[in-house]
Amino acid sequence: MTATNSEATLPAQGIEAPRSGRIDPKYLRSNPSKGAFEMWAWLFMRISGAALVILIFVHLWTNLMVGDGIHQIDFAFVAGKWANPVWQFWDLTMLWLAMLHGTNGMRTIINDYAEKDSTRLALKSILYLAAAVIIILGTLVIFTFEPCLVDESGALLEYAPSFCETVVN
Amino acid sequence: MTQTKSTPGGRGTLYKGREGMWSWVGHRITGVGIFFFLLVHVLDTSLVRVSPEAYNAVIGAYKHPIMILGEIGLVGAIVFHAFNGLRIILVDFWKQGTRYHRQMLWAVLILWLVTMVAFSVRHLMIFFEGWEGF
Ligand code: HEM
Ligand code: HEM
Repeated sequence: MTATNSEATLPAQGIEAPRSGRIDPKYLRSNPSKGAFEMWAWLFMRISGAALVILIFVHLWTNLMVGDGIHQIDFAFVAGKWANPVWQFWDLTMLWLAMLHGTNGMRTIINDYAEKDSTRLALKSILYLAAAVIIILGTLVIFTFEPCLVDESGALLEYAPSFCETVVN
Repeated sequence: MTQTKSTPGGRGTLYKGREGMWSWVGHRITGVGIFFFLLVHVLDTSLVRVSPEAYNAVIGAYKHPIMILGEIGLVGAIVFHAFNGLRIILVDFWKQGTRYHRQMLWAVLILWLVTMVAFSVRHLMIFFEGWEGF
């Protein structure tokens, strides 16, 4: 039975199959190119989420669960961590992924609840501006950080971490 | 799941009516909470570029007893969002995911409870050991 019976495989004559692509444009919610962006955003939420579990759990472990926990956190502690490029890179990745993931999540929520076009636009503008400021600020802080601050006479400030003594003198 | 509405005592659908919806509400609320925390957290960390005194003064607030409770709340939100997020990923990518989504939610809640008991005990012990009073 290799001969195909075209009559048999066709649906009812004259009736278009559902979703066959011929939808009146006025019923379309958005242009098709937006679909690709939403698909990448959906995938990004899952990939970044999986990575963030490790990034954030280790962050909380090193800062709260070991050593003196919450009491150890001060300027010298931050200086000690960022003297190591591994932690610089760790915090940088965490900053970018968490901010992009969180901002995209907030975008979804704004789209869900803000019904007026003008409200949506206003809220999203504030969101993107805030996200850009925080990402740039956080990145600059990691890479312009100076652990061994000295006063005018060249002496170390009292808050400097102990490893600075070998660096300055 | 072919049912389209959640009848009383019925099984609902993947999203509407029962566990699926409550876990979604919880995921959304924790996500928003963490987002706003992160905005503040990057700002307070950026004080290391202002001066050591400024950073130490502000970060000192994290050591106040009320903030200790706040940290437990924050970590509770993160751990729920993280475990439930992994469950969402499994529902979407694992072949059996939709079939076991309800069982996985129970696993999320149990793992959350275990993690939070361990975290809270450790965090409070460290806090009381080094606490110098108000
Ligand atoms: C109470 C819990 C937390 C404490 C005590 C804490 C403490 C700190 C400290 C001391 C730093 C300085 C650098 C370092 O130690 O790596 C830091 C940086 C950072 N933390 Fe946390 N953290 C907490 C929770 C979180 C959470 C939940 C997130 C993610 C959502 C997060 C994301 C970050 C990021 C992105 C940086 C880098 C900031 C920058 O680039 O300027 N932290 N945190
Ligand atoms: C700890 C690891 C994390 C995992 C595994 C995770 C996972 C997820 C997943 C799978 C989604 C659903 C996306 C979708 O429905 O398409 C999501 C949504 C969301 N996440 Fe996360 N996430 C994590 C961390 C974070 C952080 C650090 C933030 C905040 C900075 C955040 C904020 C949000 C927000 C606001 C949403 C949108 C919620 C909604 O649409 O109802 N998440 N997350």
